[in-house]
Amino acid sequence: MPTEVILPKVDMDMATGQISRWFAEEGASVKKGDVLFEIETDKAAMEIDAPASGVLRDVTGKEGIDIPVGVAVAWIYADDEIYGAATKQDKAPISPLVGEMSTKSTEGGAVPPASQSVARPSALPGISPSRGEIGQSASVARATPLARRLAREAGLNLSAISGTGPHGRVVKADIDAALSSPIEGGVSAKRTEEGAAEDTALAPSTAEMTPPDRPLAGHPPLKGEGDVLRLFEQGSYELVPHDNMRKTIARRLVEAKTTIPHFYLTLDCELDALLALRTQINAAAPVKKTEKGDVPAYKLSVNDMVIKAMALALKAVPDANASWTESAMVKHKHADVGVAVSIPGGLITPIIRKADEKTLSTISTEMKDLASRARSRKLKPEEYQGGTTAVSNLGMFGIKDFAAVINPPHATILAVGAGEERAVVKNGEIKIATVMSVTLSTDHRAVDGALGAELLVAFKRLIENPMGMLV
Amino acid sequence: MDAMVRELSYAQAIQEAMAIAMDMDECVFLMGEDIGVYGGAFQVTGDLVDRFGSERVIDTPISELGGAGMAVGAALTGMRPIFEFQFSDFATLAMEQIVNQAAKMRFMLGGEVSVPVVMRFPAGSGTGAAAQHSQSLEAWLGHVPGLKVIQPATPYDAKGMLLAAVADPDPVMIFEHKLLYKMKGPVPEGYYTVPIGKADIRREGRDLTIVATSIMVHKALDAAAALEAEGIDIEVIDLRTIRPMDKQTVIDSVKKTSRLMCVYEAVKTLGIGAEVSAMIAESEAFDYLDAPIVRLGGAETPIPYNPELEKAVVPQVPDIIAAARDLVKGVR
Repeated sequence: MPTEVILPKVDMDMATGQISRWFAEEGASVKKGDVLFEIETDKAAMEIDAPASGVLRDVTGKEGIDIPVGVAVAWIYADDEIYGAATKQDKAPISPLVGEMSTKSTEGGAVPPASQSVARPSALPGISPSRGEIGQSASVARATPLARRLAREAGLNLSAISGTGPHGRVVKADIDAALSSPIEGGVSAKRTEEGAAEDTALAPSTAEMTPPDRPLAGHPPLKGEGDVLRLFEQGSYELVPHDNMRKTIARRLVEAKTTIPHFYLTLDCELDALLALRTQINAAAPVKKTEKGDVPAYKLSVNDMVIKAMALALKAVPDANASWTESAMVKHKHADVGVAVSIPGGLITPIIRKADEKTLSTISTEMKDLASRARSRKLKPEEYQGGTTAVSNLGMFGIKDFAAVINPPHATILAVGAGEERAVVKNGEIKIATVMSVTLSTDHRAVDGALGAELLVAFKRLIENPMGMLV
Repeated sequence: MDAMVRELSYAQAIQEAMAIAMDMDECVFLMGEDIGVYGGAFQVTGDLVDRFGSERVIDTPISELGGAGMAVGAALTGMRPIFEFQFSDFATLAMEQIVNQAAKMRFMLGGEVSVPVVMRFPAGSGTGAAAQHSQSLEAWLGHVPGLKVIQPATPYDAKGMLLAAVADPDPVMIFEHKLLYKMKGPVPEGYYTVPIGKADIRREGRDLTIVATSIMVHKALDAAAALEAEGIDIEVIDLRTIRPMDKQTVIDSVKKTSRLMCVYEAVKTLGIGAEVSAMIAESEAFDYLDAPIVRLGGAETPIPYNPELEKAVVPQVPDIIAAARDLVKGVR
């Protein structure tokens, strides 16, 4: 029997992945352990090794399409095995998931002709929603059986329809709304060339923007793609399909902002002592020999110290180092600090584990490594999943103060503004100090106001008395 | 010629049905504890002993197992006994005769005999009779192939279904809610039957199907009337028979309304609501569901004696209103 090469599950809540690149071609000889392909998951890229040695055949998992976890993407035939022994039926090329095709097909703004494979997603080999893990994934729309059937019959892509039912569930009314909107991502099986002409005739007009069945006060609720697109002239925009990271970010942020009762605490911290200590520590860094010549063994940033201070503050106020669950409070024993890293196309939050126990130089070195691998999308899931709090720093842009969105399962996130010279009043005199405003967002279910304030005060004390971070 | 229709209570309708059956067929007779001179624990048999004599309206000793055994034995010989339990709770004492004998004979004897016994069970809570006299055990018997189990909700059905039960060749278990006995409704004179195994759509609607049994049918109808003012249009199905269940009526209704709620007084877990829900999930109606299925049933506790608590542990009209509103408005 040839060995199946499956799309592995490399991420806890991964349901689908895209193969971004094959390293071996059809018919190539591969050795067990060779890098066979690279997959892009929601947040990372990962290289996958060949599970066996032999000849690579029937490469059905094409690059750049969403493929459910567990589906065979190729086969490896042992050298003495006759090619063609397995049934051909299993090896039809994997069709892209409907969501992917529909968004791609709208590039250029034209409404594409109906396609049989688009209309019947469940008939595609290997990607029936009932198989594998896909049913549990958040990337598969939550929908009622009726909505699913109607979408199936109309050839609509469920994941492109935003559900107005409980928990974002797509219900019949959402399908009806999608079908009645003039442009719905161009995926309706009913849309033909005539349909396209009809769409043009229905191009935005003022009457169109307040249909009678929609609330008249303010803007009508924007549900699907069609509702948004109809507000803009055709050709006046370009459609960029979402990659997995963008979808994950959108889903998680909506979840966070709709389910977590956020509240915010802001405090100013004076940085002068911290900056002085940082200069002193960096100046004392031993020299390390590398290919690029001699470099200091470490170079602390203000952010490294913020991470450490946040971790120690959580240690000092352990009740705030928590995660909310419905039945119990999860009280963490360590402070694992996630750090928001901006990367092309989105952001990711790698985690400094047990930051409370790590030295500043360890945190600094680890952070540089995590950030650089985050940018090349090479983080492992365990490096960005979990954590007990997070730090988001926009100080480098000169942002004075902002409020960040909590990243579940965290109960807090610290938004860090720029350190800048400000006039401060001390003992009746105006003095100049370097001041940084920080805003703590907390999940009120887990951290109440006074507790959050206690945490923030502990943080401020460490920032303003930074020697405390060295002991 | 149309039969004259009068207002009778549920208990009177049952009594009339038994009298008609006894008039029509001398094989029909009644047995039960205190059903003779006393007229029955809930006065359902009333003065029938005066009309038919103590040989056809028989007071049995206080042994449900013995009485049920006599009834099953009489049915095996070709008689058509109607056996009254004082409380459905005491069915537990007669389980051997009901489950192991009455339900099995036809099958184990190759269809050579049948057991045309009718057993009547005053059931349900609301009379302050406490935990051992207030249960709704119909699902217990509904689980047994070989039995037919019915729960008439109106005087009309109580009479028509009892007459259908007497005519039925198999053992039929009738669960009569005690609070229904005094409820009045139109009942035609004379003989008629209401088929066993056929549900009744008590009210048509398009937003939600409520499948209810026994007294809950009336509570569901009250809830539906209240919600009409809010523009919520509820279909109420009176299941009437729980074995054999009229699946098609429920399936067709759910296909129309896309939402299902089951309301029953028996303990919610492992009850009729579970059966109806699962039946719909397995049926063609699954693809028509636009909301989760909801069950409203009794609390997971023995029926309390305290009258306020007694009300609190079974679904009441406001509970049905709230649950139905949430379901239709998409809150759950």
